[in-house]
Amino acid sequence: MAPPSSRRSSYSRRAQYGVFTGYVIAGIGALVGAVLLALSLWRPASFNGPRAVAGDAVAPAATASANVRAESQGLFDAIGGYLRAGSQNAELKKEVELARIRLAEAEALAQENARLKALLGLYETDEKPVAVARLIGSTSASARRFAYLGAGRADGVVAGMPVRSPRGVVGRVLEVGRDSARVLLLTDSQSVLPVRLAQGNVVAFAEGRGDSLLRIRLVNLGINPLKPGDVFVTSGAGGYYRPGIAVAIVAEKTEDGALARIISDPAATDYVAVEAIWQEDALRAAQTPAAEPVTE
Amino acid sequence: MERTDPRSRRDAYGSRINRTHSPALAYAVPWGTILLASLLPLFPIASAAPVVPPIGLMTLVAWRLVRPGLMPVWAGLPLGAFDDLFSGQPFGSAILLWSLAMIAIEAIEIRFPWRSFVQDWLIAGAIVATYIVAAAVVSGAHLYAPLLAALLPQILLSLLLYPIIARMISILDRFRLLRIWMIG
Repeated sequence: MAPPSSRRSSYSRRAQYGVFTGYVIAGIGALVGAVLLALSLWRPASFNGPRAVAGDAVAPAATASANVRAESQGLFDAIGGYLRAGSQNAELKKEVELARIRLAEAEALAQENARLKALLGLYETDEKPVAVARLIGSTSASARRFAYLGAGRADGVVAGMPVRSPRGVVGRVLEVGRDSARVLLLTDSQSVLPVRLAQGNVVAFAEGRGDSLLRIRLVNLGINPLKPGDVFVTSGAGGYYRPGIAVAIVAEKTEDGALARIISDPAATDYVAVEAIWQEDALRAAQTPAAEPVTE
Repeated sequence: MERTDPRSRRDAYGSRINRTHSPALAYAVPWGTILLASLLPLFPIASAAPVVPPIGLMTLVAWRLVRPGLMPVWAGLPLGAFDDLFSGQPFGSAILLWSLAMIAIEAIEIRFPWRSFVQDWLIAGAIVATYIVAAAVVSGAHLYAPLLAALLPQILLSLLLYPIIARMISILDRFRLLRIWMIG
């Protein structure tokens, strides 16, 4: 049978107009899409409102599926551990891995402390996280890398806050709904993070590539001191992230830096903590035009 | 008659006596499944690279190809708007690309009215592959070569997934037309 659209719609004027109107609406739809697309590329925050509401609407279902996902991941871990050397093997390995990252972070902290002691009056306070929540989903079909977080404005989350897991930096909150928030992951190609080498004073930018790797670009070009296995931590420049949180491990050396694997892969993350912006006053000052007086 | 064959007055859609198709079910199933499919890539995994096929678009294309004449040409406008809320793409990209996909299928159907499943698969594959690349281009991401390379597994996965989705749609199509509405 020929498909309905290949058959004449009959001699009825009304039916013919109906088909014609369908084509017109489809064309208008494409045009509307093009205009909206141009608008949202020009001003990416234009449609945050409806998107946040939609995110809130699916948050309960997403949380439920995240629970199942975490439980099944735990199950697979336990089975894998048992098959190899008893079920605690998997757990111990995870602990050792964490300890290794902690060690690198501690070294970085020690250095940071030494540097800060030189600067009078500047010290950091260890603050409690704003919220602890699950990553409830991600845009796994799109070339952009966003994740959805199960905490929102009601929990005190504000756009710009850093998100970290026990392993390291996950990303930064981009927009906030009432009970959910959208997080820009480190691997997104629009994400740039100032980092420094955990052992040494090499500073660099970690840029997402869109696939699961980060590109490390050194600020001071010269002899490339990196080698595979080097750990990068946040440097604190920019004011968003607290310095000394693990970010990435160098996997491969390139001309102007390195390719690095992220330490805190969102696929392996269960709970994440949203932390307060590190230097909020400095950020506000940077955003205020010089002509305006800073007001509280 | 019923004594010799109890199913003599039934067909694949249920009893033919005293029952008819429910219009609500007949229209809710295709639109509902496409909306659900748009949500699906959100749930299973928080991945560091794009891996999951665009299941929303693939379901729309499958409904359009498996059951021509059911989805109107303009279906890309409302369904794309819904997909944009969750896909992470800039708002408007799915409205534009899904509308173009529906118009493209319409044009192909006028040129090739009689097709087998293999040709439908080719059409769906071409549309989904084009969509994935076009969506990456308009997504606002920096188009490094590694990002484009990361799209390849996604495209291959989509090609392999289409027959499964088409088969599921044909099962849902039979469910859609069950005679569950009592008349008289």
